[in-house]
Amino acid sequence: MNDNFIIKTTDLCKHYNNGKIKALDGVTAGIKKGEVVVIIGPSGSGKSTYLRSLNLLEFPTSGTIIFEDTDITDPKTNINLHRQRMGMVFQQFNLFPHMNVLKNLTIAPMKLLKMDKQVAEEKAMALLKRVGLADRAEAYPAQLSGGQKQRVAIVRALMMSPDVMLFDEPTSALDPEMVGEVLDVMKELAKMGMTMVVVTHEMGFAREVADRVIFMSDGKIVEEGKPDEIFTNPQDPRTKQFLQSIL
Amino acid sequence: MPEWITKLMQDFNTAFIVDNRWKYLVEGVQNTLILTFFALILGVALGVIIAAIRVTHDKQYTQMKKGVSKFLLCIGNIISKVYLTVIRGTPAMVQILIIFFIIMASSSNKMLCGIIAFGINSGAYVAEIIRGGIMSIDEGQAEAGRSLGFNYTQTMTFIILPQTFKGILPALANEFIVLLKETAIAGYVGVTDLTRGANIIRGITYQSFWPLLSIAAVYLVMVMFFTWLVGILERRLRKNER
Repeated sequence: MNDNFIIKTTDLCKHYNNGKIKALDGVTAGIKKGEVVVIIGPSGSGKSTYLRSLNLLEFPTSGTIIFEDTDITDPKTNINLHRQRMGMVFQQFNLFPHMNVLKNLTIAPMKLLKMDKQVAEEKAMALLKRVGLADRAEAYPAQLSGGQKQRVAIVRALMMSPDVMLFDEPTSALDPEMVGEVLDVMKELAKMGMTMVVVTHEMGFAREVADRVIFMSDGKIVEEGKPDEIFTNPQDPRTKQFLQSIL
Repeated sequence: MPEWITKLMQDFNTAFIVDNRWKYLVEGVQNTLILTFFALILGVALGVIIAAIRVTHDKQYTQMKKGVSKFLLCIGNIISKVYLTVIRGTPAMVQILIIFFIIMASSSNKMLCGIIAFGINSGAYVAEIIRGGIMSIDEGQAEAGRSLGFNYTQTMTFIILPQTFKGILPALANEFIVLLKETAIAGYVGVTDLTRGANIIRGITYQSFWPLLSIAAVYLVMVMFFTWLVGILERRLRKNER
């Protein structure tokens, strides 16, 4: 059972102000290979903090994160190598504004994986084609719409051929008409068997794509289960209340 | 011809033509430019180092493991802070006198003393300009770089610093212009810069009108020229993004 987990966190805590604020308060969870896990919860529930701690953008106060059989919270671990295996997509896209799309995509594999320029560009073009942006390869991020930026950001993470993709509210900064195009790309990724951890407010996406939904509140996992169970028959009053307020 | 015009022309003749006195100004311009140029290089080099230490300390210190590098960073940060405080807290005039008459009293190379003094002075301001530029880049940029697997130095080199340069260019150009004009005090330690050239002519001819107004004009033209150059560079850098 344990061996199936690609990421496993044990008793993960993130405290601020000497423990007065507990952003994460003992989160134990695992993500299996090929699984799509959607994390939902009210704002301030710690879901983004949890996601960001998976690749140590937030360093946990205590607890362990096992990623592919390595304890990445161990100070001796070279986190940079493990981050190469974890793609991340941000709410604010965070494309590099001083590089065009192609450069945004190729810089990491070229510098970190020593990939040949030509190989990297071919890979980038192939992926851009898949997300319908092959004609925007020479554009700069400022010339793209929000939806296009986010699709490029997803491709940028995919360029490193990661084992798992982390999505931190990928559609929250988008105009409503652009949410669909980004979700479509994510759905296709899920279909291809990519392991995904998604923090989102898109309940439709969670219902349709997720293998498992985790509901967090006050830095804890309150409830988790298959989307059907969570959405149609939530057990915890906080889950019920949250779902009522957003659906 | 009115008498005052004849007088001005005579004075002009005395100030610049007789004994080829204009050569004092040509030599002055040369020395001013040499002084400014090398002081700027030294200043930018110092500024980059100090800014790197300060920024790394502010961003990385709490996450660093205990060890030699953390200790060195702590020491470096303290030295940097002292340097910034002292240099920005004392007049450039006093600094150059101290360098010339105390620290480098044994050196006979006045130009070198000037370059070092102005370089050290400028470095403090450049450091704060660069640090401000780095701090102004959105934190998400560093996070995106780190999430791809770049380490701290790679993230700085490939992602943060190229963006910083564009933002701080106007401030750096301003620092260069300030430096160019500030070298006018180099004459106090014997560097024959432009201002000293004019003062030498004043000393010989007992005239102030032409020497002083002409060097003012030369400074102005130099500053306008460099401002124009920087403008071109800025436009070229900006063109990339739209």
